[in-house]
Amino acid sequence: MSIIFNHVYHSYDADTQLKTDALSDISFKIEDGEFVGLIGHTGSGKSTLVQHMNGLMKPTEGEVYFDGKDISDKDYPIKELRSNVGLVFQYPEHQLFEATVFEDVCFGPLNQGLEKKEAELRAFTALRQVGLEETTYYQSPFDLSGGQKRRAAIAGVLAMRPKVLVLDEPTAGLDPKGRDEILSLVKKLHDEEKITIVLVSHSMDDVANYVDRILVMNKSRLVYDGTPKEVFKHAEELEQMGLAIPQVTYAMHALKKAGFDVPTDVTTIDEAVDRIIKCIS
Amino acid sequence: MSLIKTDNLTFEYIRRDDEGNVEGITRAVDDVNLDIERGQFIAILGHNGSGKSTLAKHLNAILYPTEGTVWIDGMKTSDEANTWNIRQTAGMVFQNPDNQIIGQVVEEDVGFGPENLGVPTKEILERVEESLKTVGMWEYRKHSPNKLSGGQKQRVSIAGVIAMHPKCIVMDEPTAMLDPSGRYEVIRAARALNDVEKMTIILITHYMEEVIYADKVFVMDSGRVVMHGSPRDIFSQVDALRELRLDVPQVTLLAHELKKKGLDIPDGILTIDELVNALKRSR
Repeated sequence: MSIIFNHVYHSYDADTQLKTDALSDISFKIEDGEFVGLIGHTGSGKSTLVQHMNGLMKPTEGEVYFDGKDISDKDYPIKELRSNVGLVFQYPEHQLFEATVFEDVCFGPLNQGLEKKEAELRAFTALRQVGLEETTYYQSPFDLSGGQKRRAAIAGVLAMRPKVLVLDEPTAGLDPKGRDEILSLVKKLHDEEKITIVLVSHSMDDVANYVDRILVMNKSRLVYDGTPKEVFKHAEELEQMGLAIPQVTYAMHALKKAGFDVPTDVTTIDEAVDRIIKCIS
Repeated sequence: MSLIKTDNLTFEYIRRDDEGNVEGITRAVDDVNLDIERGQFIAILGHNGSGKSTLAKHLNAILYPTEGTVWIDGMKTSDEANTWNIRQTAGMVFQNPDNQIIGQVVEEDVGFGPENLGVPTKEILERVEESLKTVGMWEYRKHSPNKLSGGQKQRVSIAGVIAMHPKCIVMDEPTAMLDPSGRYEVIRAARALNDVEKMTIILITHYMEEVIYADKVFVMDSGRVVMHGSPRDIFSQVDALRELRLDVPQVTLLAHELKKKGLDIPDGILTIDELVNALKRSR
């Protein structure tokens, strides 16, 4: 599995005076098994970008290749792509609609055309993967807590057995523990189920803690593509884009300025603790 | 006299199944006693479902107590005759800016509140100008709200509330849907309102670093206030907060971890400057 964007443009109102580019000249490749973070201010093109990954939108110029095949080809099996790349939208719990959690999770695989039995089997597996208690399976989704609802919604996408899972701000509106739980779940899906993850986030701390690689969008362009360490070196530029760097990275900058001999490319608490202890003792 | 006072505030609601049979009773707010002075910056923390929003809705008479009493500027919220005055005294800002903006043009949206209160046109214009300037959105007065960023929209929502000249603003997770600069803009606007205009602010949030400048922090769990104190008091209790599904700012956590490793650092470090100074002393 791989996703390749080759000079992708997406323009709205292309033939009119109001032409606006939501994506301009985007090129990158995501390999099987990666854990990628996607950051950018509101309106930078993140959502447009991820909708190109599963064919909900198509480039107005350039190509998107999934597994080597151009998704804009006339005979491309787009339905298959939608199963391969699962998209979890913002506030996915707003899309729960069946009478029970279990029926809701079955909806995706049934819609894929699977037999009822197979769909149910997948639903069970998915619900177990997201760690929902069995007592919730036959409850109405609306009786669940915020964090549980979100798990149920993620299970609905997992039941389609995607190879890539794209999550658009999966932690928005959750309390700190809820945020940790959802992100640990995503990490588990990556580590144990070998699902490729694309995580769209507004939290620099979360991105620094979980992902291996960060893509940064600004004004419809891809401006950085690198490890958290590489990307968060650009503190000033990121701030100008309406973003930030993790608070612990700011702390390391301040310590360095105050005369402590510490590196400034630290992005996690554990590493910061090590470095500061080393420097002081 | 305090601006907001609650006396044994309790709120219960009845849960029903699909057939309408009573399944049980949930106590969303349980015996809460608050006493908030004019001009304070108050933060309320608590996990999802802890009762924060239900409490907030009592502060401008969207909900009434099942037991106990709420007074806003001396007015009892349970007395229906007070409802309009209370809503004018305590304005609310909600999580999603898109649900709060109705005007086609920014200034029109901000003018809606005072117009609805029957304020004369000339004064509406003055209030719109003053409110938009307070939140730093005056230059966008002729813009369409749907072309603004999340942080800008949320500041327009705040301006819409300020234009009604409330004595207090209750903000229920105003930054939950915003990017980092949007969060910063909104929190800066809230602090400026408090500092400069002496507006009383009640901020409900899940972002710990937003509350470090509050005068007082209340932490809720199962409808009760389980901790209260200055941000430093509260964030000194890292483990207790974690048990309540909460957290501390990253720099506080860093200081806490360094202390556990044996460095001589005080509890409840809130800012990077404090951390730097503490480390300088321990070197």
